[in-house]
Amino acid sequence: MNGGCIFAPIFEDPYLDHMRNSFFSKKLVAVIFLIAGVLSAQNHEGEDVEAGAHDLKTQIKEYIDHHLLDSHDFNLYSYTTEDGNHKYIGFPLPVILWDNGLKVFSSSKLKHGEGVAEVDGVYYTLYHNKIYKTDSNGTINYDVDHAKETHTEDAFGENLVVEDAHPSNEKPLDFSITKNVVFIIAVSLLMFLVFRSMAKRYQKSTMPRGVGRFLEPLVLFVRDEIAIPNIGEHKYKKYMSYLLTVFFFVWIINLLGLTPLGVNVTNNIAVTFALAMITYLITTFTGNKNYWKHIFWMPGVPVPMKIILAPIELLGTFIKPFSLMIRLYANITAGHVVLMSIIGLMFIFKNWIGSPLSFLLAFALALLELLVAALQAYIFTMLSALYFGMAVEEDH
Amino acid sequence: MTIPNIVGAGLIVIGAGLGIGRIGGQAMEAIARQPEASGKIQTAMLIAAALIEGIGFAALFAA
Repeated sequence: MNGGCIFAPIFEDPYLDHMRNSFFSKKLVAVIFLIAGVLSAQNHEGEDVEAGAHDLKTQIKEYIDHHLLDSHDFNLYSYTTEDGNHKYIGFPLPVILWDNGLKVFSSSKLKHGEGVAEVDGVYYTLYHNKIYKTDSNGTINYDVDHAKETHTEDAFGENLVVEDAHPSNEKPLDFSITKNVVFIIAVSLLMFLVFRSMAKRYQKSTMPRGVGRFLEPLVLFVRDEIAIPNIGEHKYKKYMSYLLTVFFFVWIINLLGLTPLGVNVTNNIAVTFALAMITYLITTFTGNKNYWKHIFWMPGVPVPMKIILAPIELLGTFIKPFSLMIRLYANITAGHVVLMSIIGLMFIFKNWIGSPLSFLLAFALALLELLVAALQAYIFTMLSALYFGMAVEEDH
Repeated sequence: MTIPNIVGAGLIVIGAGLGIGRIGGQAMEAIARQPEASGKIQTAMLIAAALIEGIGFAALFAA
């Protein structure tokens, strides 16, 4: 844009020297990566190692896929013993099914998908973390039309023939307390207790105490930077409870997703769907006359244009919460997948250059994810406030 | 994933990257011109970037 003339003086600039140094350090990193690649390629020479690396890649992929799914039990760690048994460190969660009556049993009966649970003479089994009705042998029947066999290994490196098809077994209605539900309830309880005690303290004095000293600036931030500028001085109060709840809920649950507990609540599109749905319902039911007029009969444009604009605007009311849902879900999922892939690289490199590098990369990315966790909570709250503001805007 | 899917995903990422990069760059210029308005500029920048990102993710799901 403002061209070549700036280049001449800038070369004497000590600041640019620093920039050039950082450019060279980038080159250095690239070279290191290249060496690491060559070294790992050398490692892979010989057919056995090649096959082993392939197995490892499939295993890592399976592991990541598994992490992204909700599960019926809470596992921290699992391994294979010497005699080939799978050991799981964790605890089972209750399974609640509606299948001709309510059925409640512990998920330990399902044996992590390796066994069949018998409840009142009916058999259930787990297949890809979903519960299906089955017979005493645990047979899963597949949709023959879509059947497509693929050979893969499970998380323990054992060969499996996975049929890439939908099981045709009957699926009972599943209301189980899964891992995600446990953490939603836990965060809700935590937030209730913390904010309840915080609110009580303010009845005595306006000075924040304890955890309030940390949370008060955040509450004020949501009010002064998100609610008031978007919704307006007079109407923001009735939306504050929802905005604060959604901000802290999304933030805390995103942060928990970065702990080694394996929490991935906002990775579940059902959870973000529910959050976006609440935003949609509040927008729809608090929208004033002016809001609906702007959707169905846009003022100030000619009549043919009004007719064209009405369906577009109506569609827009659905697209807004839809994009809220996709944004939160996709951001957190992408973050987890990239982070876990880079951690997985450590086991693929298996040398003194590649593995520390991928550790550093994973560390930097984890820091970035800390920012993303807060940023997504902020964006979700901000856009919700923006939509509420549109719904209550007065004629001008 | 088939090759057209991968190419499509790549194109989406290029487009979204260009868009968000432009928003970020323009916001930097605006902040340099008027540092006292940086708060408002940042908010507007984040909203615009989030909207592009939303579209990008929606397209990635379709691809």
